[in-house]
Amino acid sequence: MSKAIERLKCGIITENPTFVQMLGMCPTMAVTTSAVNGIGMGLTTTVILILSNMMISALRKVIPDKVRIPAYIVIVASFVTIVQFLLQGFVPSLYDSLGIYIPLIVVNCIILGRAESYASKNNVWLSMFDGIGMGLGFTIGLTSIGIFRELFGNGTIFGFQIMPSQYEPVTILILAPGAFFVLACLIAIQNKVRLNKAKKEGIPVSCEKENGCAGCTNTLCSGRQFAEQNSETK
Amino acid sequence: MNLLLIAVGAALVNNVVLSQFLGLCPFIGVSKKVDTAAGMGGAVIFVITIASAVTSLIYTFILEKLDITYLQTIVFILVIAALVQFVEMFLKKTMPSLYQALGVYLPLITTNCAVLGVALINVQKSYGFLSSVINGFGTAVGFTISIVIMAGIREKIEYNDIPESFKGTPIVLVTAGLMAMAFFGFSGLIK
Repeated sequence: MSKAIERLKCGIITENPTFVQMLGMCPTMAVTTSAVNGIGMGLTTTVILILSNMMISALRKVIPDKVRIPAYIVIVASFVTIVQFLLQGFVPSLYDSLGIYIPLIVVNCIILGRAESYASKNNVWLSMFDGIGMGLGFTIGLTSIGIFRELFGNGTIFGFQIMPSQYEPVTILILAPGAFFVLACLIAIQNKVRLNKAKKEGIPVSCEKENGCAGCTNTLCSGRQFAEQNSETK
Repeated sequence: MNLLLIAVGAALVNNVVLSQFLGLCPFIGVSKKVDTAAGMGGAVIFVITIASAVTSLIYTFILEKLDITYLQTIVFILVIAALVQFVEMFLKKTMPSLYQALGVYLPLITTNCAVLGVALINVQKSYGFLSSVINGFGTAVGFTISIVIMAGIREKIEYNDIPESFKGTPIVLVTAGLMAMAFFGFSGLIK
């Protein structure tokens, strides 16, 4: 039982996809214009992550190694299609606000990354918990960024007016550039924490990532493989 | 004239990276030097234009005819993955010099949100074949413009005095945010 709890803790805290691993940046920036969208996208991705992790884990002994990537893609795409139609039917407002980012969950690095690095090597029960953990971590990440942007960019959280009426909202935060700035500050804060920790322990550390992708733990992303190849030649 | 509007709209007004947030991983990862950025941009133009054409044809002549449009996500992503493989093999055989220049970037583009995103947008906006190709081409040109500008800026700011915690990805994102603000200036361009 504790292995499952350890999976949960890993996904939510120690290897949080948004704050620690920096995976799935595209939907993170696009969808966090409000807290509701953040939660909606996070939960949708969690459901798909759980289902695909379980399915891939169940089939892990059957899928030949050479065709595993296309097989994973087909599995994930099928679940995305199912979930997309369920959303369209039952929660049309969320479907409209998430728009094209729902089918783009297929190429979300988190899902393929977890499939490649965990689900293909562990049993169904643990893979399910890994999916729950990573999915919840992603949801927490999205929701907190969404709350921040909505609160300061609009004065509301989940539609409820929080800021006093004299507050002049910083509208740029809910527009495209705001997403970049918020994410930049988030990563900078993390780097600062890491630097301080290293200074305290006396280890010299540079927070410069070789390329944005080279420090990524997602071994499936071809961007990271490219960065690895290149770091020798450059 | 309408096609020109589609192209300009895709490239500048709704820039794929700065306004739709698609294709961020290669954008951050490959924009360190102007020549690698230009190479990546070239490969992207090549792949996205062909992918838009092929997916548009498949949608009209296979998915719609057989009334299985709900399979579009699965079919599109598989087609794009296969397409990139074919393009790579084809280039290797017929134009080895071009392959040398572009080849290493091609696998990078398969899992790129931008390609699947463009294919899905073409369907969503019910573009015909020619409009889909022009939309794809325009989107990819927009990607190239933004990644080359980013590479140029990054080459320059490498010698600047950047705060320790902002070095690496954060300063790139701040730059991207400022570029996104600049591209807002295009928003009234097409009316």
